[in-house]
Amino acid sequence: MTQATQSVTVLDPEGISLKSVSLWNITLRRLRRRKSAIIGLTILSILTFIALTAQWLAPYDPYTPLIGIEEVKAREAPCIHLLGCPETKPQHILGIDGNVRDQFSRLLYGARLSLMIGFSTVTFAIVIGTVLGALGGYLGGWVDNVIMRFMDVLLAFPSLLLAIAIVTVLGPGLINALLAIGIVSIPAYARVVRASVLSVREMDYVSASRALGGSMTQILFRRILPNALTPLIVQGTLGIATAILDAAALSFLGLGAQPPTPEWGSMLGAERNQVFTAPHLVFFPGIAIALTVLAFNLLGDGLRDALDPRLAHVS
Amino acid sequence: MTTYILRRLLSSIPVLLGILFVTFALGRWIPGDPCRAILGEKATDAVCNDFIHRHGLDRPIPVQFGYYIREVAQGDFGRSFRFSKSVNELLVERLPITIELSFAALFVSIIVGIPLGVISAVRHNSWVDVLTMLWANIGVSMPVFWLGLMLAYIFALALKDTPFQLPPSGRLSPGVLTVPFYEVWNLPLQPGSFLYGVLDFIARMNILNSLLSLNFEVLRDAVRHLILPALALGTIPMALIARMARSSMLEVLGQDYIRTARAKGLRQRVVIMKHAFRNALLPLVTVIGLSLGGLLGGAVLTETVFNLSGVGRILYDAITARDYGIVQAFTVVIAIFFVILNLLVDISYAYLDPRIRLD
Repeated sequence: MTQATQSVTVLDPEGISLKSVSLWNITLRRLRRRKSAIIGLTILSILTFIALTAQWLAPYDPYTPLIGIEEVKAREAPCIHLLGCPETKPQHILGIDGNVRDQFSRLLYGARLSLMIGFSTVTFAIVIGTVLGALGGYLGGWVDNVIMRFMDVLLAFPSLLLAIAIVTVLGPGLINALLAIGIVSIPAYARVVRASVLSVREMDYVSASRALGGSMTQILFRRILPNALTPLIVQGTLGIATAILDAAALSFLGLGAQPPTPEWGSMLGAERNQVFTAPHLVFFPGIAIALTVLAFNLLGDGLRDALDPRLAHVS
Repeated sequence: MTTYILRRLLSSIPVLLGILFVTFALGRWIPGDPCRAILGEKATDAVCNDFIHRHGLDRPIPVQFGYYIREVAQGDFGRSFRFSKSVNELLVERLPITIELSFAALFVSIIVGIPLGVISAVRHNSWVDVLTMLWANIGVSMPVFWLGLMLAYIFALALKDTPFQLPPSGRLSPGVLTVPFYEVWNLPLQPGSFLYGVLDFIARMNILNSLLSLNFEVLRDAVRHLILPALALGTIPMALIARMARSSMLEVLGQDYIRTARAKGLRQRVVIMKHAFRNALLPLVTVIGLSLGGLLGGAVLTETVFNLSGVGRILYDAITARDYGIVQAFTVVIAIFFVILNLLVDISYAYLDPRIRLD
C-alpha cells in the first residue's frame, strides 16, 4: 500500500476500533487546527473568488482610460465617499493610475493573472520535474547522473538571474517569463521526486509489483509516485509563492507582462518613479502581491506540518 | 580538511562547465544575427565578419563552445556596446558597489535575524515569538522592489525633517567627495599595475575606503545611503535566518545535554550561549549560504530602485538596451561568483562540523 492512500485505524475514547481514516482526512483535521494555515486558506479563497468574479466586481474596465468619460486626472488620489470625499466626484477607492484608469479594477483583474501565473508555472515545473526526477531515481546509473548534474547546474545560478537571462534571450512577455520561471523551478521538484523514488524503489511492494509483471510506467505511476505526492504538494504550494514573487519581479523590470496588462508587478514598475507623488499607485499593487504570496506561504507551512509523518498522531 | 577542500573543488568543475554550457546555449539562442545582438545594430559588415571569425562563430558548435571556454578562462568577457567599455572594466567599476550592498544586507539580516530567532526559541510561544514569526512570514512574502520603494517613501518623505530622514537614492550626497585610501596613504602605485587594480577595487567600496582613510564624514554619509537598500535587500534573508535560528534552537533546547547543563545549575545565559547556540549554529550556515543567491538576484531589483550603479543596475540597463553580450557575461560572472560563495559555505560547514569532512 502506498503512503498517500494509507489508512489509519482510529481508536475512539473507549478504546474500541471504529473506522479507518484516510491520510487526507487526517491532514485536513490537522490543517484545521493550525491558525496560520486557516488564515492562508481564507486569503486564498477570497483571492480565488475575486479572480473568478473580477468582471462583475470591478466597477470599471481595467483597460479603458477614463479620459472623456469621467472628470478625473491621471494619478488622482483615492476618493472614497464614506471617508469624506465629495459626492460630486466619482468614487475610485484606490485612485487613478498614470493612464487614467481605475486602479481598483485593475488590481482585481490582477488577482486572476497572479493566480494563473502561480499555478501554471508550478504545474509546468512539477510535470517536467516529476518526469526527470522519477526517471533519474528509478533508472539510476548514467541517466540519473546526467539529469541530476544538469539540475545541479540550474541550481548553481541565482534563480532570478537565470530567469532574467532566459527572458532576455526569449524576448520580454508574460508567456516567456512564465516559461523562464518554470524552467528555473524544475530542479526543486526533480530532487523531491527523485528522493521519494529512491526511498521506496527497493520496497517489498514494489518488488512484488515487478514480480507480478508490472510495466515500468505502471510501477512508477501507480506504486512509486504516489509517495512523492506529499512533499510535492508542500513544495508546490511554497513554489507558487516564489513563482508569483519572481514573476512580479520580472514584470517590474519590464520583462514580464507588458502594458496595458493589469499585472501587479508591471503596474508597480510603471509607476515606481511616482512613489513620492502618487504613493497609492505603488502601495496597493505591492500589498496585493505580498498578501497573495503570504497566503501561499502560510498554507504551504501549514501543509508541511500537517503532512509531516513525524507528527503522526490522529487525535 | 585539505582532502575535503580538494574534493569539493574538483566536484565544482563539472558545475562550472555546466554553467558555461548553459550561458553558451543562451547566447546561441539569441534571435537573429549574434554579431549585431552583441555589438549593436550599427555594427558594419566588416566589423561583424571580423567579430564572427575572431569568436569562431563560423565554426561548428562544439568548436564555438571551445572558443567560449577559452575566452572565459582568459577572463575575456567581451565589450559592451552600450557602455563602450570592456566587461572587465565594468566589473571592476561596479562589482564593489554590489559587494558592499550584499554584505551590508547580509550583516543586517544576521545581526537582527539570529537574536530574534534565538529569543523567540527561548521564549517559545510568548508574544516575542508570535510577533517574530508573524514578521518572518510577512518578511519573506514582500517583493524586494516594493519594500525598497516603501522604505524610500517613509524615510525620505514621510519622515522628512526628522532625525530619521534618510536619502532615497545614490551612494553619497552631492558635494561629498571620497578620496581613495591609497592616495591618502601616499602609496607609490603604478596605474595599471595589478596591485593598483586590487586597491582601486577596494577603494570603490565607500564604507571600507572611508574607514581606511579615516574620513568619518564620508563614512557617515555612505552608511546613511546604504541603510535603506540594505534593509530592503536584507529583509528576506533576515526572515529566513530568524526562522531557522528559532527552529534550530528549539530542537537543541529539547536535547538531554541542555537539561544536564541546567541540572548542573548553570546560569540560563551560559546554557543558551555556550551549550545551545553553538550547536544550533550549523543549520544557520546553510541558510545564510542559500540566501546568497537571493541576495545576488535581489541586488538587481534593489539597485534599480535605489539608483545604485552596481552590477545589478548595469544588468537592468543592459536588458532595456538589449545588450545581450553584457547580460550573458554578467550571468556567467555572477554564477561563478555564486559557485565560489557556495564552496566557501560548504568549507566553513565542514570546518564547523567534523562529521562532514570525514564522511
